[in-house]
Amino acid sequence: MVDVTLQSNRVAQATRRRTGLRNALRRKSMVAFLMTLPLILLVLLLVVYPAFYSVHLATLNKPMTKFVGFGNFEFLFRRDTFWLVVKQSCIFAISAVVFKALIGFIVAHFVHNVPAKKQRKWRGMLLVPWVIPPAMSTLAWLWLFDPSYSAFNYTLGLFGIGPIPWTGDAMWARFSVILVNVWYGAPFFMIMYLAALKSVPEQLYEAAAIDGANWWQKIWYVTLPMMRNIIAITTLFSLIVTFANFDIVRILTAGGPLDHTHIFATWAFRVGIEGSDIPLGASVSLFMVPILAIAAIFILRDVTKRGNEA
Amino acid sequence: MSRKKLSRRQFVTATALSSAALITAPYVRGAYAAGKLSMGFWDHWVPGANKASTELVNEWAAKEKVEVQLDYITSQGNKNIVTIAAEAQAKSGHDIFQMPTWWPQANAELLEPVNDIMEPLIKLNGEVNGTVKYLGQADGKWLGVPASVGSQIKGPCSRIDLMKKYANIDVQEMYPAGSPPKADNWTLDTFLKAAEACHKAGFPFGIGLGETSDSVDTAGAIFQSFGAQLVDAKGNLTVKTDAVRQALDFYKKLIAFLPPDVSAWDDASNNKWLVSGKGAMIMNPPSAWAVAKRDAPQVAEQCWTHGFPAGPKGRFAPYLPFFWNIWSFSKNKEAAKSLLSFLSQPASIEKMVVASGGYDLPAYEKLTTLKVWAEEEPPKGTLYHYPNPYHHQTLSIAASPAPPKVAQQIYFQATLTKMCLRYYQGESMESTLAWAEGECEGFMRS
Repeated sequence: MVDVTLQSNRVAQATRRRTGLRNALRRKSMVAFLMTLPLILLVLLLVVYPAFYSVHLATLNKPMTKFVGFGNFEFLFRRDTFWLVVKQSCIFAISAVVFKALIGFIVAHFVHNVPAKKQRKWRGMLLVPWVIPPAMSTLAWLWLFDPSYSAFNYTLGLFGIGPIPWTGDAMWARFSVILVNVWYGAPFFMIMYLAALKSVPEQLYEAAAIDGANWWQKIWYVTLPMMRNIIAITTLFSLIVTFANFDIVRILTAGGPLDHTHIFATWAFRVGIEGSDIPLGASVSLFMVPILAIAAIFILRDVTKRGNEA
Repeated sequence: MSRKKLSRRQFVTATALSSAALITAPYVRGAYAAGKLSMGFWDHWVPGANKASTELVNEWAAKEKVEVQLDYITSQGNKNIVTIAAEAQAKSGHDIFQMPTWWPQANAELLEPVNDIMEPLIKLNGEVNGTVKYLGQADGKWLGVPASVGSQIKGPCSRIDLMKKYANIDVQEMYPAGSPPKADNWTLDTFLKAAEACHKAGFPFGIGLGETSDSVDTAGAIFQSFGAQLVDAKGNLTVKTDAVRQALDFYKKLIAFLPPDVSAWDDASNNKWLVSGKGAMIMNPPSAWAVAKRDAPQVAEQCWTHGFPAGPKGRFAPYLPFFWNIWSFSKNKEAAKSLLSFLSQPASIEKMVVASGGYDLPAYEKLTTLKVWAEEEPPKGTLYHYPNPYHHQTLSIAASPAPPKVAQQIYFQATLTKMCLRYYQGESMESTLAWAEGECEGFMRS
């Protein structure tokens, strides 16, 4: 009798479990979670784990045998080269993002005003720098800037200008790496701004025109406010990518001359991989995190605020 | 569905029969009875040079019944050192890894000592040079076997015609093919005068002052010729010495006679400089000459590789060895040692050197006079003095004799070339030295 009762309990439990599972699968949130699970696992494996591992590395001593806490950061703060790298990373990222945004905004307007039929061709052509792998396109730039055989210098020479030490002088080398970064990244801004421009209702411009707004006033009072969120998000995204840039500087100048173009990633590589001091290299690259976190907080806070206003 | 049942009696019988068969069967040695071995070798610049290594490895594998997996890993984009770092972190990967210059020391704790194979090899092939000992040994332990593949001397490669015409130096007479060098007058003073003359004639020496290996190696040899060390063998700072000041003064004079853009040069710039016919001399292994042979034969015909000029403290030439290393986590160390011993036999070394067109340099004393260097042309004998056959120059590496882990930082941060540039660009001597001292203090962190 007891056995029979127990068995019927087990059956009831199993049925409940099956029904529970079925119900769970029926829930949209559960299905969504299961569908994103592979991506979540991938992110955990390829992003979260390496991030925590690099934090762990940054807390070790040079032979990686002892926990030193913030010892590596304390050491870095006493190095002049480190502060030079911080300064250069900020100059590089901020100036590149400003120019990319400016050029992207202007070009987006030009493309927006091109008749629809021809617009596709222009969009395609203007996206070319962004779709070529930067390691490849930077090699082409390297040849254009080559210290001894620069094609630019050859052309400028025909007009009696130069030769310009594109990668041999600190100021010119900084200019060159920023220029290549702007060339590579401006199309991304252009395409994002173009999408934003297309979503601005035409009636707003018509209303502004009726009110007697000129071209500049339309931009200032209609276009820019309508594009604010996309500008903020694009700027943040680009700031993160530009701060973490490696390939352009590595290929073009390798941080020279006299370390005047090193940015976080290239100096981290020099210290960590080439100099076999992996904990210090990890500390250099992690130093980007607080800078970017502060930028992200400010930019995203503004986006949320505007979202609420809307 | 019917299911055939196995009775207890049948099970016992089958088990007994199988066990008996296994025990009594004759031992059959399979094709890969000695296990597996994987190796990461450096991907050679010279086309076809990898073939010789592959053939040798396969020959050994067939004889020893080992299944081998051979990967050639390029040093383009530092892929080889990134792979070393990854394998060291993961403590997993190839059994053997061919590591350049500083990496055996940087990974000393993770490498299997190979004294048991190095001692017989030295008896067989002769003593190894000082740089190989400096980079390959730690506390009396051999960290790896010096690999001839990829090892090189970065000595001067001069244009015979331009040096004769503008500097009045006959490099073929100074370093005659087949006989000892007559280079007593080939000093840093002569070198500087020649640099000035060739610069005036419009064919400056192509010596880089960038942050890559070729620039640093030349600076290292010149500093050593003055006895200038930034950190001594015991780890003491020796930046503020007369020897360092003399080396900087010499470089300040030399830079004035070099192309104006040398601060931006990388390892390809000097090669291009020679091949384009713009310069009278570069410091490089014969790879630039090999490219010239293909792309600019009229330049190649005028190239002569020879020894470094001597300074007040001797004649030093940059030597960059590779090592074959066995990771301590390798699962087949005995097979790995057997392979490395096989690859270091004179016949194997000669095969690899020939395949590289004479680019590769064995570290052993008895193997610097192979036929290939006497026979390579044009012009005949152009590489005769490349392997330092008369041992008239000390083979060294920049930043030595500092403790290797400190020297590696000095080397890769290009402290020497940066000092030269700072001083040349107008920074005072004392401020340049103070900057270098600060840098070296940082490199000593443990």
